[in-house]
Amino acid sequence: MEILAYLIPISLILGGTGLAAFFWAMRSHQFDDPEGDAARILCDDWDQNPKPAPAKQAKPL
Amino acid sequence: MTIAAAVAWQDVERASPGACPACAVASSANALAEMAGRADVGVMLSLPSAHCAACISTVEHTLMAVPGISSARVNLTLKRVSVSAAPDVAPAQMIAALTAAGYEAHELDRGILSTTNMDQQGRELLMRLGVAFFSMMNIMLLSVAVWSGAEGATRDLFHWISALIAIPTVIFAGQPFFRSAWASLRVWRLGMDVPISLALILASSISLFETIQGGHQAYFDAAVMLCFFLLLGRYLDHRTRALARSAAEELAALEVPRATVLVDGCDVVRPIAEVRVGDHVRVRPGGRMPVDGIVTHGTSELDRSLLTGESLPVFAGPGMAVSAGEVNLTGPLTLRVTAAGKDSSLHRMADLVAVAESAKTRYTTLAERAASWYSPLVHLLSFSAFGFWMWKTGGDLRFAINVSAAVLIITCPCALGLAVPAVVTSASGRLFRKGLLIKNGTALERLAEVDTVVLDKTGTLTMGSPEPVDFAVHPAWVAEIAAGLAGASSHPLASALAKKAADVGICAARIEDVQEVPGYGVKGRYQGAEVRLGRADWCGGAPLDVTATYLRSGNQTHAFAFEDNLRPGAEAAIAAFKAMGKDIRLISGDVEGAVGALAARLGIDDWTANALPAQKVALVAGLTQSGRKVLMIGDGLNDTAALAAAHVSISPATALDAARVASDIVLLGSSIAPVADALRISGQTRRRIIENFLISGGYNVIAVPLALVGMATPLAAALAMSLSSITVSLNALRLK
Repeated sequence: MEILAYLIPISLILGGTGLAAFFWAMRSHQFDDPEGDAARILCDDWDQNPKPAPAKQAKPL
Repeated sequence: MTIAAAVAWQDVERASPGACPACAVASSANALAEMAGRADVGVMLSLPSAHCAACISTVEHTLMAVPGISSARVNLTLKRVSVSAAPDVAPAQMIAALTAAGYEAHELDRGILSTTNMDQQGRELLMRLGVAFFSMMNIMLLSVAVWSGAEGATRDLFHWISALIAIPTVIFAGQPFFRSAWASLRVWRLGMDVPISLALILASSISLFETIQGGHQAYFDAAVMLCFFLLLGRYLDHRTRALARSAAEELAALEVPRATVLVDGCDVVRPIAEVRVGDHVRVRPGGRMPVDGIVTHGTSELDRSLLTGESLPVFAGPGMAVSAGEVNLTGPLTLRVTAAGKDSSLHRMADLVAVAESAKTRYTTLAERAASWYSPLVHLLSFSAFGFWMWKTGGDLRFAINVSAAVLIITCPCALGLAVPAVVTSASGRLFRKGLLIKNGTALERLAEVDTVVLDKTGTLTMGSPEPVDFAVHPAWVAEIAAGLAGASSHPLASALAKKAADVGICAARIEDVQEVPGYGVKGRYQGAEVRLGRADWCGGAPLDVTATYLRSGNQTHAFAFEDNLRPGAEAAIAAFKAMGKDIRLISGDVEGAVGALAARLGIDDWTANALPAQKVALVAGLTQSGRKVLMIGDGLNDTAALAAAHVSISPATALDAARVASDIVLLGSSIAPVADALRISGQTRRRIIENFLISGGYNVIAVPLALVGMATPLAAALAMSLSSITVSLNALRLK
C-alpha cells in the first residue's frame, strides 16, 4: 500500500494541472467565441493578430 | 475573441500606424500622417445571417476592403463583428459594403454593450464550476476505493484526504447557494436554495464528524457532486439570461441615434442626447426623423407606415408637426425641435410599454410552481425522518442525523436544478440559429400556450417596399412617360415604378426639364407639353383606395396602383399556423383595399382595416379576456401597445425601437417563417421541461423511501444524483 503515497499526490497534481489549464483558458478569453473558433480552423486566411507586415502578408484570397 | 485578437484590439486602439498594416495598405502616406494624430474608433455590428467559416472570411475581407478600416473580427457565437476604423468611416458605409456582399447588418452601440458586470458573474460561476469538477473527480476516485471495500486505516486515510479536498470546495463553490439562501431566509421564505445549502452543510459536517470518529460512511462525494450539478444548472441559467439581456441591449442599441443639427449655418452630427428643444435639425431624404418637431423649411412626403400602418405617404410642408420615427422621402426638411430624446413621442410610448411589461413579469414559470411545493416537502421529509429515528432508536442522535442528511442529499433538487436551464439553453440556442432572439426568459413557456395569432400588415407580413400591380394595363406610351419621370426620383414609389418598367422591357421616354417638386412629385416636358407624376391632388386625379401614384399628361390622369411586397416566408408561416390549428387575425392601420387584398392572398378570413392603435389593444385585450393566449406579431408604433398587452409578442428587427422593446422575441432575418418553428419548438420545450420534472421526481420516488428507512448508502446517493442529472440533460438535448 506504500504505492498510495505516490499515486494519490500524482492524481491530485494531474487534476490540479487540468484545473490550472482551465483557469488559464478562461482568463485568456478562449470561451468567448467557441463557434467562431471552431469555424476559423477551416479558413485559409491569416488568423494571427496582428497580421504580419503588408509586404510579407500572404493573401490567399 | 482570442488573446491574439484582444491584443490586436488594444493595438488598434492605440492607433499606431505601424501596428495595423491594413491602414497602411488602405491609406496613402499622406492619410497615414493625418491618421497618426487620431485614434481609431471601434464599431460593433450585429450580423444575424452569419453562420459558417466562409461567412467569417467573406465578412472580414469585405470590411477590410473598405478604405480606413484597420481590423474586423467576427464573433460567430454572438453573431457580431467588431470593427476598428478611422473616425471618418461611417458605420453606414460598412453596412452598405456588407449588404452588397449579401449580409444584413445593424449597428450596435458599444457603450451600451459593455456587459462587464454580467461577464464577471458568468466567469465567477464558471470558475466555481471548474473547482467543483476537479474536486468531484478526485473525491470520486477515492470514494470508489471505499465503496469497493477499503477497510480500517486505508478508509480513514481516504476519508481524510476527501475531507481536505471537499470542505474548501464546498465553502468556495457553494457560496452562490449560501448567499441566496441567506437572502431568502432573512425575508422568512424557503427558497430552493435553503434545502440545497442545508444539504451541503449537513452532508459536509456529518461526514467530517464520521471521519473523526473513524466511521464507515462519508458523504463528501455527494456534497461535492451536488455542488457541481447545481452550479452547472446555475451556469446554464445565467448564460441564457445573459444572452437574453445582451439581446435586449443589442436591440436598444440597434438604431444608434444621431441627428444633423444646424449650428451657425453648418451641419453638425450629434448624438440625439445632445439635441435640445429649439435646435434646428436637418433631415435628408431617406432619413428618419430623430426628434419631434415642426417643419420650418422644405416640402416633402413622409412615410408613416411604422407609426400608423398607412402605406400611402403623406405630404409635409412648413408648419406641419412631425414625430420621431417617420421617414422623410423626397425633399430635405429642416425642423425646429419640439421634443427630443426622452420627451419625444417615441420615448413616451416606450414608457407606456414599460408599464405593460411589468404585468408580464408576474407570470409564474413551471420551475417556480414546482419549487413552491417541492422545497417545503423536502424539509418536512427530512425533519420527520430525523424525529422518527430519534424516537425509534431511543435517542441515537448520530444515526438520526445521518438519515436526515441522506434524505436531504437524495431529495435535493439536483436534476430539478438542471431540468429547466438545460432545456431552455438548448431551445434558445436552436432558435438563435434560426434567427430569433429570445429577450425574455419566460417567453418560450408563454409561447407554448399560444392559441391565437394576431398579425400586423405593413412591415410585418409585407416588407414595406411597394410593387406596381397594374402596370401592364396602361398603354405603352403612358408607361414610357411614367418610366421617364420615375427614373428621376428616389421616392420609393418612383423607384419601384422605374424598376418595374426596366424589368418588363419598357424604354423610358425622353423627358425634358425634369424637376422634382418635393412633397408633390416629379414634373417635366414631354414633346413640349407638361407631364407630372405624383400625388393625386397635384395631378388632378381622384385618389384610389390603395397606394398609388398618378400620371398627368395633357388633361388625362392615369393611376398606377401599388401593392406591398410580401415578406419572405409569410405564406409558409400562415400555412404552418393554420396547420397547428391557431386562430389567425390580421389587423392593420392601412386602408381597406390594401388589407383586404393581402388577406385574400394569404387566406386569412378574419381581418380589420383602418385600425387605430387603441383598437389593436382592445382586440388583444378582448381576446385575452375571453381566455385566449394571444401571440402578437407587429412592428410599428401603432402595434406597440398591443405587443405589450399580448401574452407573448414577436417583432422583426426592422421594427421601431419601441416595438422591439415591447416584444419578447425579435426576428433577426427578413423571413417570417422561423416564427412557425419557434411555436413548434416552444411546445417541445414545455413538454421536455415537464418530462424532466417527472424524471427527477421518479428517481426520488425510488430513492427517498430507501433513505427514509436508513438504507441509503453514499453509493446510492451518488448513483441517484448523477443518473438523474445525466438523464435530464440528455432529454433536454433531444429538442429538434
